[in-house]
Amino acid sequence: MTPQQILTDLAYLVASVLFILGLRSLTKPETARRGMQLAAIGMVAAVSGTLLHHEIVNYGWVLVGLTLGTIIGWPLGTRVAMTAMPQRIAISHMFGALAATLVGVAEYYSHHREGLSMARPMMGALGFEVLFGALTVSGSLVAFGKLQELISGKPITFPGQNFVNLALFSGALGLFGYLVYDPTQQWAFFALVGLSFVIGLSMVLPIGGADMPVVVSLLNSYAGLAASATGFAIGNNVLIICGALDGASGFLLSVLMSKAMNRSFANVLFGAFGSAPKGGAAALASGEMKSISAEDAAATLAFARSVVVVPGYGLAVAQAQQLVREMAEQVEKRGGEVKYAIHPVAGRMPGHMNVLLAEANVPYEKMVEMEEINDQFPTVDVAIVIGANDVVNPAAKRDPNSPIYGMPILNVDQARQIFVLKRGKGTGFAGIENALFFDEKTSLIFGDAKATLQKLVSEMKTL
Amino acid sequence: MTHTAIAELYVFILAGFVGFQVITRVPPLLHTPLMSATNAISGISLVGSLVVAGSSRNDLATVLGVIAVTCATINCVGGFIITDRMLKMFKGPKLKAGEPK
Repeated sequence: MTPQQILTDLAYLVASVLFILGLRSLTKPETARRGMQLAAIGMVAAVSGTLLHHEIVNYGWVLVGLTLGTIIGWPLGTRVAMTAMPQRIAISHMFGALAATLVGVAEYYSHHREGLSMARPMMGALGFEVLFGALTVSGSLVAFGKLQELISGKPITFPGQNFVNLALFSGALGLFGYLVYDPTQQWAFFALVGLSFVIGLSMVLPIGGADMPVVVSLLNSYAGLAASATGFAIGNNVLIICGALDGASGFLLSVLMSKAMNRSFANVLFGAFGSAPKGGAAALASGEMKSISAEDAAATLAFARSVVVVPGYGLAVAQAQQLVREMAEQVEKRGGEVKYAIHPVAGRMPGHMNVLLAEANVPYEKMVEMEEINDQFPTVDVAIVIGANDVVNPAAKRDPNSPIYGMPILNVDQARQIFVLKRGKGTGFAGIENALFFDEKTSLIFGDAKATLQKLVSEMKTL
Repeated sequence: MTHTAIAELYVFILAGFVGFQVITRVPPLLHTPLMSATNAISGISLVGSLVVAGSSRNDLATVLGVIAVTCATINCVGGFIITDRMLKMFKGPKLKAGEPK
């Protein structure tokens, strides 16, 4: 090894350690920021180390890429709104996977052009790289399109879909096996790239917008695996390590998400999670919906001892997080306590609601996870549901025929009194009747969430 | 299989274990920052892309390499910035004057 190579490898080692420490710092909000700044330093070390690489002879092109990337990446870091995080993450999976795929293609192409023979393990690694890479590229593009509402969020399905997917998958596996057997078959390599791209499309198109948290997490995992495979192909440990970390993280998050959304993990792995499980006829919730005026609700809220806010994505859509905090301040001013009950799928991606509330200056110790807050609901004076529906639907516990039966929910129905902010009398995202709205303890406040909250806050200020 | 390939598998499996151990302890509170953090870190594919872009092996490889460098840099730069932006927002308990903590 030349001194240069040793320096490069040491830089990679430092980077790997800093990345792991950075992720570990995310176990506590107090340490998180500092830890991730260290990880960024690790990245600088790794890149500087690479620039010493003896194969790099043309720094002009390298500089072009680095400059372009910085110009595009900067606004993606500084400008994107927190509500747009899911699509922001989806598109960055696309970038990561595209980089891996292109490196794989260039590596394969150059090898054959230069008449070098390719060992089977390397072919295997390259095959994995372009397989996971290309399917993540197209899958993430579709996910981005759905989250950004460029294409319909509704599942796009056609008859025989499962059969087609199966055929595509077997085709890709066949090509992969053939390439490992005979790495010189260039047509098979490029066919594998193309087929993987199509697989990504056919995997994500049938999935509805509400299921995107699982998809985005899963694509995170695939992008990681593609990066790891790149590391195997070019013999680079820091790539293998980062890919493995990424893969593990995405995998864990998709398992958590699928549990929170009531889907089996097998269902998730094989990408067939587009269609909701079919139940029998769900019992219709019926009875009288009771409504209450904002003035009366404000009076009750103002003097409540303990209030739990149950935010759903509807809150974020209405851009009313700031108003919720103002309402909470009014309660706290009179000595009451306010907490926020966060369902794992309250936003459009894991942990999304927490970020949105943090942005509105809600201190993080007031955001309570589902498991922790569920036991506390019986002692809660007022639970106020804003823009959430399915995650508080008691049918998930009571009605075996309901499509959401078995899904973990927030036990809002156990609170002493429940206010629900609701636009109209319709059903929720999943189109399911919610018995909570007909509960005798529940009062509905109809109207736009933002306007209602504004009224609540100004009423409470006068009390 | 070669000796290096086996060593690489070791690295992969062990890193995967470390990843699982570390990431299971990340609270749901920080799952979105976690995702953007792993995204930023996955910008490490930059190290592979840089070599492809700069080694002048052939025109196609250079073009693909430059695009790959661009993509990976987007993730590095954008990823670390947005993660920091998010983590900056997570504020601890508010301490009012005279309140014991």
